Amino acid sequence: MPNFFRDNNDIKFLLDYFDLKEIASLQERETPNGGADYLPRDIDDVIDNYRSILDITGSIAGETIEPHSEKVDQEGNTLNENQTVSLHPYVQANLDRLAQADLMGFTLPRKYGGLNCPILIYTMATEIIARADCSFMNMFGLQGIADTIYAFASDEIRDEYLPKFASGEVTGAMVLTEPDAGSDLQAVRLLADQDENGNWFLNGVKRFITNGCGEVLLVLARSEHSIADGRGLSLFICDRGPTVKVRHLESKLGIHGSPTCELVFNNTPCRLIGERQRGLITYVLALMNGARLGIAAQSLGVAEAAARLAREYAKTREQFGAPIVQLPPVAELCADMQIDIEAARALTYETARVCDLENNTNRLLERNADALSDEEKKFMKQRSRTLKKLNAMLTPMSKYFCSEMSIKVATDAIQVLGGSGYMKDYAAERYLRDARITTIYEGTSQLQVVAAIRGLTSGVFQSYIEDFEKKEYSGELLALRDKLKDMRLELEQTVVFAKNEGSVYMDLSARKLVDAGIAILIGHYLLGQAAVNPRKTKVVKYYIEKNIPRIRMNCAVVQSANSQAVSDYAVFVG
Amino acid sequence: MSYHSIVLVKQVPDTSNITGEAMKEDGTINRAALPAIFNPDDLHALEAALEIKQKYGGTVTVLTMGLPKAADILRECLYRGADRAILITDRRAAASDTLATSYILAQAVKTVGNYDFVFCGRQAIDGDTAQVGPQCAEKLGVPQVTYLESIIDITDGKATLKRNIGNGWEVVRVKLPALITVIESANDPRPCAAKKMMKNKHKRVPLEIAGEDAAAKMDLLKQSGDLLEQWNLDDIHADLDRCGLAGSPTKVFRIQSIVLKKEGYKQVDPNEEGITGLVHELIVDKTL
Repeated sequence: MPNFFRDNNDIKFLLDYFDLKEIASLQERETPNGGADYLPRDIDDVIDNYRSILDITGSIAGETIEPHSEKVDQEGNTLNENQTVSLHPYVQANLDRLAQADLMGFTLPRKYGGLNCPILIYTMATEIIARADCSFMNMFGLQGIADTIYAFASDEIRDEYLPKFASGEVTGAMVLTEPDAGSDLQAVRLLADQDENGNWFLNGVKRFITNGCGEVLLVLARSEHSIADGRGLSLFICDRGPTVKVRHLESKLGIHGSPTCELVFNNTPCRLIGERQRGLITYVLALMNGARLGIAAQSLGVAEAAARLAREYAKTREQFGAPIVQLPPVAELCADMQIDIEAARALTYETARVCDLENNTNRLLERNADALSDEEKKFMKQRSRTLKKLNAMLTPMSKYFCSEMSIKVATDAIQVLGGSGYMKDYAAERYLRDARITTIYEGTSQLQVVAAIRGLTSGVFQSYIEDFEKKEYSGELLALRDKLKDMRLELEQTVVFAKNEGSVYMDLSARKLVDAGIAILIGHYLLGQAAVNPRKTKVVKYYIEKNIPRIRMNCAVVQSANSQAVSDYAVFVG
Repeated sequence: MSYHSIVLVKQVPDTSNITGEAMKEDGTINRAALPAIFNPDDLHALEAALEIKQKYGGTVTVLTMGLPKAADILRECLYRGADRAILITDRRAAASDTLATSYILAQAVKTVGNYDFVFCGRQAIDGDTAQVGPQCAEKLGVPQVTYLESIIDITDGKATLKRNIGNGWEVVRVKLPALITVIESANDPRPCAAKKMMKNKHKRVPLEIAGEDAAAKMDLLKQSGDLLEQWNLDDIHADLDRCGLAGSPTKVFRIQSIVLKKEGYKQVDPNEEGITGLVHELIVDKTL
C-alpha cells in the first residue's frame, strides 16, 4: 500500500530533527479543548499523534488521491446551467476521505473538532497531499479560511462555522481578486453596504477565485465607499446561496481539479469579520502569509512527484546499452532535483516552525494574557515583534524559492523522460502544468522578492544569521560554515552598494540579492542537519559548493551597476 | 432498525513483500521476517459492517484469534470505527487448522451473541483456503453468502445481497442472522480516523502489558477504560478436543518449495501470421 509519508525519508528525518517538544508545548498551552474526548496525555503523546496523523495523511494521499489525479486532470470540474459547479466525483471522493479521517480541521482547536496541529505538521501534510495531486492541495489548503475565522471572527461566527469546517461538511474560499485588483488588492471595488438595520450586503464581481463554489466565502469588500485605498476594505463572511452565481469556470493550463470561479454577488447577505477597515491591512495579510507557506508546500509536493518519476524512469530506460541514469548529465539532473527539493524543504519547514512560534506567542498574548506573568508578557511581546519581522522575510522567501524550484524540477523531469515526458502518457507534463501556477498565485515571485528584500536591507537577515554563524562544527562542516560567512559579508557589501545606487536599482537588484540570501540561509540549515545525519554531510557539501559561485555571480552582477534593463528599455524593445 | 455485526479479522504476514528469508529451512513460514499486516480482505469485511452501521445504526464488534501482537489490528479496527474489539488468544489453540480455527471463532461469536451479521474476508493471504468463513457459518448453524459484492437492501430480517460468481453476479436474499464473506471489489475501506486513533491508541490487551509494574499498569488501563477484552478457550466454553493440534485433522504430509523458473522462450513475429500461429498453439495446448 503506497504511503507518501512512510516512503519519504527526508520528511521523516525532519520530523525527528526539529524540536517538536518546544512546538507542541506552545501549541498545547491554553488551547481550548472543549469537551473533546481525544485529548493527549502528555507532550510525548502529542508528538506521537503528529506522526500518526501524517501517516494517515500519507496513506490517503498514496491510496486514494494519487490514483484519482490523472482522471481529475483530464476531466476537471463542471459548470452547471444554473450557475453552480459540480466538483469532479473523484475530487469529492478525495474530500470525503479526508473528512472521514478527520483531516479537514488540521490546525483548529479541539473545541471545534480540530486536531490542533501546529503549522509545521500541517505544512508537511500539505506537501504530502500535493505530491498526490497538486490541484487537490488547493482544496486541502483552504483550511486556512477556517484558521482566519478562528483568528479574527467573533465567538458567534466561530461557533457556527468552525465545527462544520472540521467535520468536512463545508469547504471555503478566500474571495479577494477582481478583474482590476490582482496583485494590487487595494484597488478592490466590490461593495459592502449596510441597511438601516445594520445588515451587510455585497454587490460586485470577483475573479479567479479558487473553490469559489465552496459553501463558505470570505470576501474582501469596500465598506468605506469614500476611502479609495486598502483602509476602505473590510472582510466579510457569507454562505453560498442564490445571490452568489458562478458566472464562469476558468479553463486553465494546469491544476484542473481546483475549480477557479468568477463570482457575481447580487445583494448577498453577509457578516463582518472582526473590525471594519482592517480587512486587507490586518486579516488578509495574515491569511496570505499562511497561504503563501501553503504554496511553498504545494510546490515541494509537485516537485517531489516529478523528481521521483524522473528518477524511476532514468533507472529503467536503457539507451546505448545501459540505463540512462549512468550518463553523467542525466545523473546530475536527477541529483540536482533531489538536492533542490531538500534545500527548499529545509527553508519551508524552518519557516513553518517560526510561524508556529509567532502564532502561538500572539495567541497567548491576545487570548490568554491572564495566564502569563508580567515578566513573561514582556518577554513574549518582544519575541512576537522579532518573530513577526523574521516571518515577514522567511515566508516570501519560502514561497518564492519553492515555487521557482518546482518549475525547474518539473521541467528537468520532462527532460529526463525526453520525448516520453512531452507526451501525455506520463504525468511529467501534468506536473509542469500544475507547478506553473505556483510562482503566480498568492503573490507572484516578483512580489515575494519585494517583501523578502526588506529583511535583507533592514538588518533582520543579519541578526537572524548571527546565531547560525556561531554554531560549532568540526572538520569539513566548519570549513563550509566559514565559507558561508564570507558569502554573507560579500552579500552585505552588495546590499549597501545597491542601496547607494538608488531605489530603481535596488528594485532591479532585489531578486539577485534575495537569491544570494536564500542560498546562504539554506546552507546554514543544511549544515545543522548534517551535524546529526551523515548523509546530509554530503548534501550540504554539494549544495554549498554549487551555490557559492552563484552567490558570487549574483553579487557581481549587482555590483556591475548595470541598469540597462530599465534605462535602455526603449532601445532594446522599441 | 439497527443491526449488530461481528467481524472476524486476522493478522497475517505480508506475503506481497516476500524476501529470501520468508521461509525457514523446514519449509514453514518465518513470521519474524515478514511484516504483520491486516489481512486485506478482512478490511473489506470490516467496511461492509461499518457501512451497515452508518446506514441503519447498530454496532460493530471485531474478533481476532492470534498472538497478543494481533491486538495491533484490533486497535486499527477501532480507529476505523468499530465499537468493540476482542482478542482470542490461548496457547492451547496453537497449530489449529481451518476446522479448529472455525470452531474456536464460532464459539467466540456465540459468546458475543445477539448478532445479525457475521462478516469475514473471503480468504487470508497466508493460507488462501477461504474455508474459515463457510466452516464458521456451518458451526453457528446460520446461512452463509460468500463473495459479497454489495448489500442491496436489508428489511424484515432479510438481507438482499449481490454476490460475485466469477463470470457474473447473483442476487440472493438471506434470512438473518447470516455469515457473509466479502471480496475486494465490494467496497473501498475507509481510512483510520485521526480522532479515533488518538482516543483508542492507548488501549491494550492484558498480555501486552509486561514488566514489574504490570499489575499497576493494568489497573490504570482498567480505570481509564483502555483495557481491551482478551478471551481464552475457557472463556468461550470451547471443547479442547476440537482446538489446536487435537482438533486439526489436517496433517502436513510434505512441504515442497516450488520455484517456477522461466525456461525457454519463443519469439513471435508481430504480424498476422505470427499471431495466428501463436493462437493456434494456445488452442492446441488448451490454454485458450
